[in-house]
Amino acid sequence: MTVTVSPPASFVAKPVKLVDQFALGLDAPICLTWELTYACNLACVHCLSSSGRRDPRELTTAEAEAVIDELERMQVFYVNIGGGEPTVRPDFWHLVDYATEHHVGVKFSTNGVRIDAAVAARLASSDYVDVQISLDGATAEVNDKVRGAGSYDTALGAMQNLYQAGFTGFKISVVVTRENVDQLDEFKAIADRYQAQLRLTRLRPSGRGADVWDELHLLAPQQKQLYDWLVANGDQVLTGDSFFHLAAFGEALPGLNLCGAGRVVCLIDPVGDVYACPFAIHDTFKAGSVREPGGFQGVWRDSALFAELREPQNGGACKSCHFFDSCRGGCMAAKFFTGLPLDGPDPECVRGFGEQALAEVNGPTPKPSLDHSHKNPLRSQTGGARKPVPITLGVRPGSGPISAPPVRGCDESPLTGFAVP
Amino acid sequence: MVTTPARMSVPPAQASEFDLDTAWMLHPSVSVRPEPFGALLYHFGNRRLSFLKTRQLLDVLQGLAAAPDARTACLAAGVDPAQLPTLARALASLAAGETIIRRPVNSRTTAFVEEST
Repeated sequence: MTVTVSPPASFVAKPVKLVDQFALGLDAPICLTWELTYACNLACVHCLSSSGRRDPRELTTAEAEAVIDELERMQVFYVNIGGGEPTVRPDFWHLVDYATEHHVGVKFSTNGVRIDAAVAARLASSDYVDVQISLDGATAEVNDKVRGAGSYDTALGAMQNLYQAGFTGFKISVVVTRENVDQLDEFKAIADRYQAQLRLTRLRPSGRGADVWDELHLLAPQQKQLYDWLVANGDQVLTGDSFFHLAAFGEALPGLNLCGAGRVVCLIDPVGDVYACPFAIHDTFKAGSVREPGGFQGVWRDSALFAELREPQNGGACKSCHFFDSCRGGCMAAKFFTGLPLDGPDPECVRGFGEQALAEVNGPTPKPSLDHSHKNPLRSQTGGARKPVPITLGVRPGSGPISAPPVRGCDESPLTGFAVP
Repeated sequence: MVTTPARMSVPPAQASEFDLDTAWMLHPSVSVRPEPFGALLYHFGNRRLSFLKTRQLLDVLQGLAAAPDARTACLAAGVDPAQLPTLARALASLAAGETIIRRPVNSRTTAFVEEST
């Protein structure tokens, strides 16, 4: 997303920083994430939404269409569709078409499982649909450790199909971790190879991400390494505004540099619940449901939670820090799921205040309210070496409590009653 | 019309001189959403999102299609003539991102204005 601010501030009678306007909220979100299903063919270790199994209460096709009708009325320009793996929903392509016919652009995130040559050709023919392929390692070794065996090949296969169909500028979305932060140049090379655009986002301790945050989140020197890389390459790389907590290193990175939760962004989850942001699937941040009489617009405009988030924030413990204007205290979800107070430093505060605060956290940290993780390990997680289930093949005993005579002769032999003349 | 790679988000192009004395229009792929602070503009072709900081600038943009040139549209929207150079810089940055484009001569269609209101 490119942000163009105009006219120059001098044109405005009373200069007001646009970011301050946004902090107070908009009539409709600029950017809305909509997770269509909790079902997923993968089981990534850092999944923000703890996805895996479909939820039986997920919005029906008709309910999803009604949401799109509302987004059209509210002039939400585009939605970021995710999941789960959204393309496994049987009505996925119908909903994409329905959205674009109703002037709601779609960017959807996928692991690539359904992007074959035919789908790629179809996608390439629409201006209103954008595709984002998830990739968390520039090599299969690094990627598959996080996303599961075979997921690297699936993702690159999808990229190849899009490239061959002439779909330029699709997004390759990378969650930056301790394991892949040294591969940023390689990721950029992959994006260049497929005429795609690289998008880097922050690892959050949300969903299953909380389970792996300690081992995967960036170490302090790696944060500086990432910041320097973004400063050098930032104009060609998207970040979803997710690294604004790094702004305290020096100059601000491109983007709004603001926590947009409930102000300019929000999340609709597969069952229609509305959360302040995609990284905060927890009852604390649930504003309402699209199934309520007022619909999505009612939640966006009238929810008490959103009203609170749009109040001016005073910075709390960060107020006296002279970098507060740069980083604005960082990410609300990252603080919440690591057990930190929301008005204090981000756990990855570049000045180290987060680490100090984390050391003082006692007791359990909040757990996600919902967990749709697969109950058993997937084949992709075990490298195909799932434990065999022993069974014994045999014939039904001729006598005993579970014996029974064949109902028809042909249950015994296909040639029963057949006599060669 | 200059074409940019479809879907590729590009950094704001360098704004250059803006010609106030030719006919301009909003790009047909641009959608406009008024907001309390001004307006949001979204270009579905190049996915560029722009922010207008005043309602007056929005009035200017929406008047472009029916006006013989940009200067007339500005004055009709109540722009102080002394502010025209400043406004031209704002329009130049919108033109650099193809949010507004030069209007072909004799094509005074207003269809896109209706679409965007």
